[in-house]
Amino acid sequence: MTAVLEIRNLHVSVEDKPILRGVNLVVKQGEVHAMMGPNGSGKSTLANVMLGNPAYVVTEGDIILDGESVLEMEANERSRAGLFLAFQYPVAIPGVTLANFLRLAINSRMKAEDPDSKGISIPEFRRMMKQKMDFLGVDHSFAGRYLNDGFSGGEKKRAEVLQMAVLNPKIAILDETDSGLDIDALRIVSDGVNKLQEADQLGVLVITHYQRMLNYVKPEYVHVMFQGQIVESGGADLALKLEELGYDWIRERSAVG
Amino acid sequence: MVVARQRRDMPSAPLYTRADVVALSDASADPQWLREARLAAWDLYEHLPMPSRQQEEWRRTDYRHIRWDEVSKLPNGVTPSIDRVPEHMLQPLVEGEQGGMIVFVDGKLVRNQFSERLAAQGVIFTDLHTAARQHETLLRTHLMTKAVKPTDGKFAALHAALWTHGVFVYVPRGKMIEEPMHVVMYQSADGMTTMGHVLVVLDEASQATVLVDYQGKAGESQSSYVGVTELLVGDAANLKYVGLQDWSRQTFEFSHQRARVGRDGQLDWVIGTMGGEFVKAFVEVELDGQGAHGRVSGMFFADQAQLFDHDTQQNHNAPLTTSDLLFKGAAKDEARTVWQGMIKSLPQMQKIDGFQASRNLLLSPDARMDGIPGLEIEADDVRCTHAATFGTLEEQQVFYLMSRGIDRADAELMVTEGFFDELLARIPFERVRARLRASLDEKIVGHDLDHRDVLEVWVA
Repeated sequence: MTAVLEIRNLHVSVEDKPILRGVNLVVKQGEVHAMMGPNGSGKSTLANVMLGNPAYVVTEGDIILDGESVLEMEANERSRAGLFLAFQYPVAIPGVTLANFLRLAINSRMKAEDPDSKGISIPEFRRMMKQKMDFLGVDHSFAGRYLNDGFSGGEKKRAEVLQMAVLNPKIAILDETDSGLDIDALRIVSDGVNKLQEADQLGVLVITHYQRMLNYVKPEYVHVMFQGQIVESGGADLALKLEELGYDWIRERSAVG
Repeated sequence: MVVARQRRDMPSAPLYTRADVVALSDASADPQWLREARLAAWDLYEHLPMPSRQQEEWRRTDYRHIRWDEVSKLPNGVTPSIDRVPEHMLQPLVEGEQGGMIVFVDGKLVRNQFSERLAAQGVIFTDLHTAARQHETLLRTHLMTKAVKPTDGKFAALHAALWTHGVFVYVPRGKMIEEPMHVVMYQSADGMTTMGHVLVVLDEASQATVLVDYQGKAGESQSSYVGVTELLVGDAANLKYVGLQDWSRQTFEFSHQRARVGRDGQLDWVIGTMGGEFVKAFVEVELDGQGAHGRVSGMFFADQAQLFDHDTQQNHNAPLTTSDLLFKGAAKDEARTVWQGMIKSLPQMQKIDGFQASRNLLLSPDARMDGIPGLEIEADDVRCTHAATFGTLEEQQVFYLMSRGIDRADAELMVTEGFFDELLARIPFERVRARLRASLDEKIVGHDLDHRDVLEVWVA
């Protein structure tokens, strides 16, 4: 069955300040969407609210995954339902290795499905991790490091994509995953997303400020967010138009309209 | 606000007499010099006042709820069985050849094992009573004369008069011993005071690794422990020393622990404090010789009504000495912790580098943690830094883990465990790390956890 993520008339506030003002969007498994827009338009708010970050409050509307509202679910339940967020600024957790963290994440899923599950064995986990790291061109020593602690910008983004590869979500939101990456890292991360997308029929929402990542991860649908609403949707050519013309025409049109 | 918890009918000091010292000395078959040392310490003890909150180092630490009338009983002539010690405490620390193991139960020696190969090299690892008879010169020179002295305080004097058991480790010049020496001090009886002593002497250019486990069985009533640890690291010698305390929740600990490090000597000292109702520990490093280095790593976790007070000092007594102290602790429920640190140096001690840091994780609004760093530096060409930080569990860290499917309780456990990981990693025995991790987990979640296998090392 193809998973469907549906965002309906979503209004979100941060510290009582309305940021999103009625966002509507449907992302299906297997599709690649890009969400573009100037800084401060609400793109990152959309990303954060998808997993239920407690700093963001939904005041109206709904987020529906496979026909079920996720709003009452905590982040762990949303993750287990198939949502994934690659954070723009992944937080460092000193003392927790990427390997132990991901093993617990996998075991939590297995136990949620079957309370008697013993979880993944260490040898099996090692094999799986090494395979995923090879797949993404990530050095094996990576898994032994403390989560995001002292990681470079590029390493953090790779770690996010590695987690996505291991956790195998249905719908992934990539929040400014291209920012801070050099061209090589951008290519590696994008290749990784593409491979996962092809292999797993992943649905992807790429949130970005720039066209550059979209040269590697090709969207079928491009949306433009402005002042907390999607003001324009189109095909891949819309991203090119934005790259060429910037966001001024959006601003002007919104002011007029 | 100060709550005086002392009741009028409770004695305010231990109930010992000079006759107890004589009786203990008789029962231990002390040599004459030791008996005299005990009695001299007793005289000093009688002249010292009980520590009170008027003194700076006791200001935050109230111990007046100890029932001296109930805890003052000293070990008697009966030697308990080693069977009282949980089996996992007696397992070898490492695969392959062991250095040795000494076990005390309620202040009585119940196991005394030592590698014959090491003994043949002149290494000594034995209980302190035996050492007092067989190695008189070494003991007279070092026992409470160089590191901790009876004059250090009321409890140091009490210990010097009435120590009940202890170990002596001696490594001769140039001997590098890799096999660990393991000491277990187990307290199984209620209403008892034991006074354990650790004396480690490393001669020039020698090396040793020593682990001391303090463990207690949960009891019905209070007990106490008055301990002294003396670590004497000779010139160019290297000591790795781990002391892990997990007393019963009814135990009051008063301890003095001091290391002296000679020229170019290296000390790597790890301290873990998990148990006890009340702990007051003085932990001090004296860097006596040029180039001496001391690293002190402390970890503690206090919950319920536990009170832990660590008072640390790094004294740079020679130029070019370096020290590095890190204390990391957590407090939960209504627990209370104090860390007070001091780095000292004299005017002529140039080119020293001293560091102290206290990291505190507050896991309940009712817990209280104090971290008070201090510097007294008189030289001008030095680098001394200190830091104390306090924080609660970071919600964004917990959210991050949860966003990958991990339940809140597991996420909180993982972040808290992670806080201690860098210190756990400094304990050189995998089994001991696993045991400590399990007792940390138990404190974090508030109950026993099923055994969790942790990927200790990711082999790339």
